[in-house]
Amino acid sequence: MSNNGNGKYKVIGTRPIRHDGTDKVTGRAIYGGDVRLPNMLFGAVLRSPHAHARIKSINTSKAESLAGVKAVVTNADLPPIQADEMIDLGEGPARLKFMRDNVLASDKALYRGHAIAAVAAINPHIADEAVSLIEVDYEVLPSVVTVHDAMREGATLVHEDLTTKEGDEDTGKKSNVAKHEHHKLGDPDKAFSEAYAVVEREVDTATVHQGYIEPHNATAMWSPDGQLTIWTSTQGAFAAQKQTGAIIGHSVSKIKVIPAEIGGGFGGKIPVYLEPPAALLSRKSGQPVKLIMTRSDVFEGTGPTPGSYVRVKMGADKDGNIVAAEGYLAVEAGAYPGSPMFAGVMCVLSCYEVPNGTIDGYDVVVNKPRSFAYRAPVSTQVAFCTETVVDELAAKLGMDPLDFRLKNAAKEGTRRVDGNVYARVGCVEALEAIRDSKHYQAPLGKNQGRGIAVGYWFNVGLKSAVTATVSRDGSVNLVEGSTDIGGSRTSIAMQFAEVLGLAVEDVNPQVADTNSIGYTDVTGGSRTTYATGMAAHDAAHDVKEKMLERAAKLWEVDNDQVEFRDGMFLHKSDSSKKLSFKALAGELEDTGGPIVGSASVDAGFLTAGGSFAANIVDVEVDADTGKTSIVRFTAIQDAGTAIHPSYVEGQMQGGSAQGIGWALNEEYFYNDEGTMVNSTFLDYRIPTCLDLPSIEAVIVEVPNPSHPFGVRGVGEANIAPPPAAICNAINDAVGVHLNELPMRPDRLLTALKQKQSTEALAAG
Amino acid sequence: MPTVWIPSLMQKLTDGQSQIEVIGKTVRQIIDELEASYPGCKSRLCDDDRLKPGMAVAVDGEVNNEGMRRKVPKDSEVHFLPAIAGG
Repeated sequence: MSNNGNGKYKVIGTRPIRHDGTDKVTGRAIYGGDVRLPNMLFGAVLRSPHAHARIKSINTSKAESLAGVKAVVTNADLPPIQADEMIDLGEGPARLKFMRDNVLASDKALYRGHAIAAVAAINPHIADEAVSLIEVDYEVLPSVVTVHDAMREGATLVHEDLTTKEGDEDTGKKSNVAKHEHHKLGDPDKAFSEAYAVVEREVDTATVHQGYIEPHNATAMWSPDGQLTIWTSTQGAFAAQKQTGAIIGHSVSKIKVIPAEIGGGFGGKIPVYLEPPAALLSRKSGQPVKLIMTRSDVFEGTGPTPGSYVRVKMGADKDGNIVAAEGYLAVEAGAYPGSPMFAGVMCVLSCYEVPNGTIDGYDVVVNKPRSFAYRAPVSTQVAFCTETVVDELAAKLGMDPLDFRLKNAAKEGTRRVDGNVYARVGCVEALEAIRDSKHYQAPLGKNQGRGIAVGYWFNVGLKSAVTATVSRDGSVNLVEGSTDIGGSRTSIAMQFAEVLGLAVEDVNPQVADTNSIGYTDVTGGSRTTYATGMAAHDAAHDVKEKMLERAAKLWEVDNDQVEFRDGMFLHKSDSSKKLSFKALAGELEDTGGPIVGSASVDAGFLTAGGSFAANIVDVEVDADTGKTSIVRFTAIQDAGTAIHPSYVEGQMQGGSAQGIGWALNEEYFYNDEGTMVNSTFLDYRIPTCLDLPSIEAVIVEVPNPSHPFGVRGVGEANIAPPPAAICNAINDAVGVHLNELPMRPDRLLTALKQKQSTEALAAG
Repeated sequence: MPTVWIPSLMQKLTDGQSQIEVIGKTVRQIIDELEASYPGCKSRLCDDDRLKPGMAVAVDGEVNNEGMRRKVPKDSEVHFLPAIAGG
């Protein structure tokens, strides 16, 4: 539940129907796949069947000569670049060559599914046939698909010229380890040597996909004047514009990206895949070109979230105070460097006061698709290890796991091992919500166990722009550049409405293309309701100031004689003169014309602000089959101030459902050739409604001092704790701690058998 | 004066010191001052006269995009860290 700002707000904390709801439930909303243009061609992409192969030659002549084929493109159609040129992906920099090669491979195919060439034809069938006629001469190479294999001395090198960076120093050593990051606080060696109890665990987590239902798509139209228009499903129209421009060597001023409605992203729709080849095909053919991925293309050709190896060691004194901790994580970058390892480094010990600690992180390339974010990137992987260690350490100390967490929880002023100091955060409050819940006290059934865990994610700010036009009837058209993945249109409109005392139904929020709104960063990093909401707040104040001037003009008084209070414009010295927003809007034409308010923000971010999420989960384990069923699940999260509590709950429930899938079922399953063999939703098992109980959402509100309404982004932290909480619940139920995700039935059965053998041996 | 937290893997350039008090009112002045006392620091943090791509600077825990121009209040804490976003 939200406390509605303790009665402080009129709009914030309420649950209005979303502005785009009717279109979405009636099928009228326009997604990328719905885009149809005159003379539009249909594209297809040839993908590598090999995990690792040198491309000796590509012969497209047979495909080009097939009737109905209008264009074929390969990496050779991209302009030359400097070898070390960098580009901002929308959430951080990447080497441009790597990004181009990920879109269309040049010298090597680095994973099965790697795009090699693209074709445009008059229909999809001819495009598919043309793809089959492209001849690629591959020299198949050995592959590495785990960090363990990739980090081994003498391992096959994914990139022959890649050298390891220690921090920002290039060691010159050729390796699959692109980067090593290290943090140290205090004297961990001494603290460990003096600790009363120490626990160390190591875990492996599988590569998993974000599993958005809508596949990637792009439709490009290249006009004879060089103007390029792209309709696409993206988390950031400006990021897509910038990346596409850099890859194909075209000025961003000549690229308009129109973001269609988006059927899920979760971090996976920040990079571009289809936009550049669609643009090149359109330029070559002179016709619009549409490309859409199949589900297998999505699994094999787009960025999943990384698999990882994580090790955590933690020590505590007799009184249950954590005195030292170590974190080690090796994270799959996939084919090109740049995994979200850094984030995992900053999250691995983030929930606790750790006075002495070290953290080492490694960014490791493997022959898999280039990995990308999945909600809170790498926070889930590290929480799986840390939170199971915390449970075990509490048990070793004879303490309740919740009491132990509360005693050591991070709070305002806590210095993390990476050196940053927390501002006001809600870790303690999230844990207290566990303690105070009915769920935590409820009895358990036979073969059932209960686990808890906590996780963390930052609150990124970045840049957003908003414009607001007041209509004569008092409604407002609110234009913003943040693509709406989880109801953000309405959350942003609510913040605008709150300032002006409007009903949210009188604000019409629209997501605009790149020609129609100021630069706005991606919808990601838990930033949209926070930063774009901040811009909406500022734009509303801009409108308010302009409306005050109009009221003053209308009443023929100085501006300082008018005030705005409780949604009304008031004459300070004549109480008979007052106008509602709507009434004053009706007077705009005669007092100076339309009013347009605007604001842009660069919200920065607090390195140690953000949101904590916690879970309570009850599982039931079938000891005969090894199947784990989720019996009850409570998701708790600090939302700062919940603007629209239903959307906050939706994020919490969605992240929890995804975390449950990650915990129990989901994985990229590879054969010995490094080929993913389960690239359909039949074989890659995401949870359905039949697998999940109703997920209870408990919103904690510790207002964020950095936001005018106290907002904290809530899109990510919720995916961090579920696998750890489920692991702890399984241990509570049957006494085994699993150390690998997913916690499949066969793995649980094996662990149970090992436990039985050990117990039998001990009994003699 | 501001205290700079030296990234662990850079501390070999600062004789193992993890925190150094540095005179400076902007990030640029602080980096220049660090370079004067501990040569090599600037090239690890900057490309030419800009922070390296992907490098962020936090002043009292807050990151923004002002880069080298960023003002650094007296007695503040300065951290260099990778830029972070999310999904």
